[in-house]
Amino acid sequence: MKERTFRQDHLLGIEHLSVDDIETILETAEAFIEVSSREVKKVPALKGKTVVNLFFENSTRTRSSFEIAAKRLSADLINFNSSVSSLKKGETLKDTVLTLEAMNPHIIVIRHSASGSPHYLTTFARSSIVNAGDGFHEHPTQALLDALTIQQRLRTLRNLKIAIVGDILHSRVALSNILLHQKLGNEIALVGPPSLVPAEFAKLGATVYYDIRRGVRNADVVMMLRVQAERGARNYFPSIREYRNLFAINRDIFSLASKRAILMHPGPINRDVEIETSMADSDRSVILQQVTNGIAVRMAVLYLLKGEIHETLN
Amino acid sequence: MDEKIKAKIMDDKKMKRTLQRLAIEILERNREADKLALIGIQTRGVHIARRIQVLIKELEGVDIPLGILDITMFRDDLHRHEQQPAVKKTRIDFPIEDRDIVLIDDVVFTGRTIRAAMDSIFELGRPATLQLAAFIDRGHRELPICPDFKGKYLPTSRRERVKVILQEIDGKDEVLIMEPKGF
Repeated sequence: MKERTFRQDHLLGIEHLSVDDIETILETAEAFIEVSSREVKKVPALKGKTVVNLFFENSTRTRSSFEIAAKRLSADLINFNSSVSSLKKGETLKDTVLTLEAMNPHIIVIRHSASGSPHYLTTFARSSIVNAGDGFHEHPTQALLDALTIQQRLRTLRNLKIAIVGDILHSRVALSNILLHQKLGNEIALVGPPSLVPAEFAKLGATVYYDIRRGVRNADVVMMLRVQAERGARNYFPSIREYRNLFAINRDIFSLASKRAILMHPGPINRDVEIETSMADSDRSVILQQVTNGIAVRMAVLYLLKGEIHETLN
Repeated sequence: MDEKIKAKIMDDKKMKRTLQRLAIEILERNREADKLALIGIQTRGVHIARRIQVLIKELEGVDIPLGILDITMFRDDLHRHEQQPAVKKTRIDFPIEDRDIVLIDDVVFTGRTIRAAMDSIFELGRPATLQLAAFIDRGHRELPICPDFKGKYLPTSRRERVKVILQEIDGKDEVLIMEPKGF
């Protein structure tokens, strides 16, 4: 049996991972699924380690998922809430992180609206940095939990057609998924209005479709993205009704996908906007399985990074 | 580290006889076969446990449940590793509450793996008894742990390594003592 090793100090994006790294994370995550099925859902792997959740954007599911993951590994976890923090008092991101680091955490999980902020932290921080979503850039743990879900349902991660539908332009979930499936050699179809799916995305090795029926045809995975009203997505198409008529997934369109196809959504879903409600609740929908897998994947990431304090400072 | 074979301790025939004896001893000690369960420690302990399960079936005609345990999460040296050791699967499909559990590993050495396995088992419930079967006991215990069932006691020096080579993994059965090259 091949012994895998994981040599990353941080998880900044799928971009920096090798196929071997991705497979190591997924294999480790599979081993962690069992922990969450126990009566006592706790193992002492990260006992004595401190994880900081540093979220500068609203998030319930990702933040709680990291929180549960850290706690099931017996790590101590601190939630840093930006709305009541010193950032409101004018402190810079760097000073906030340096202050936190003076308390010697091992891993910092960051979500920030500025693309590249996790990378920036690695230039001065000693902790392992985990990107929990940066601006319009990447959301690597989401793509990894999606991959784990695909692997569980379809029994493979190769030779698949992945259709991603919606606001590709503003979606870090989409970019991380595109990078991941490009590394695995899968066919990627991007679907949405031209304003939200610029033709440049073809440079990432994807095919761009403006017609959902063509994009979804024979797909093994149909991944719907949320219409992100809070990021101004509404300015990119004339009306929600038109968007729904052209790009929402319903039974009729889903029937064009392959027989074994699964329907995914990173959540939170907008029922009857991008996803017809009966589709969201159908047996082809794996949306809740994605949430469950999120914990195992995040446990794997926290475990593999370990967060030894790097001796880069001083 | 480069190693060379110092001695071959067992061949396939000898291993088979030893496994048979272990199976009989486990049955002798545990009269209520319906309370008995085996748990193999990843990776080689699982294969040994599976063989003992088959031998018990041949001897008594009963199916003893078999669990798989990965102790990585419970190791006491996680903070010392440069890289995190790989986590393998744990699968114990039966309730361990009030059962007679026999933990099975290929080699017992310092006893730290068994300590981790015991902690891990008690997170899952409270067995009636917890017993230990080791195919090879090579001495050098660092903890107060002693196998209930031993395949063979093999005094070794600390710099040596005992390799239990198994058909399921390596394509043949034998037990070797390895030593560093240059000694």
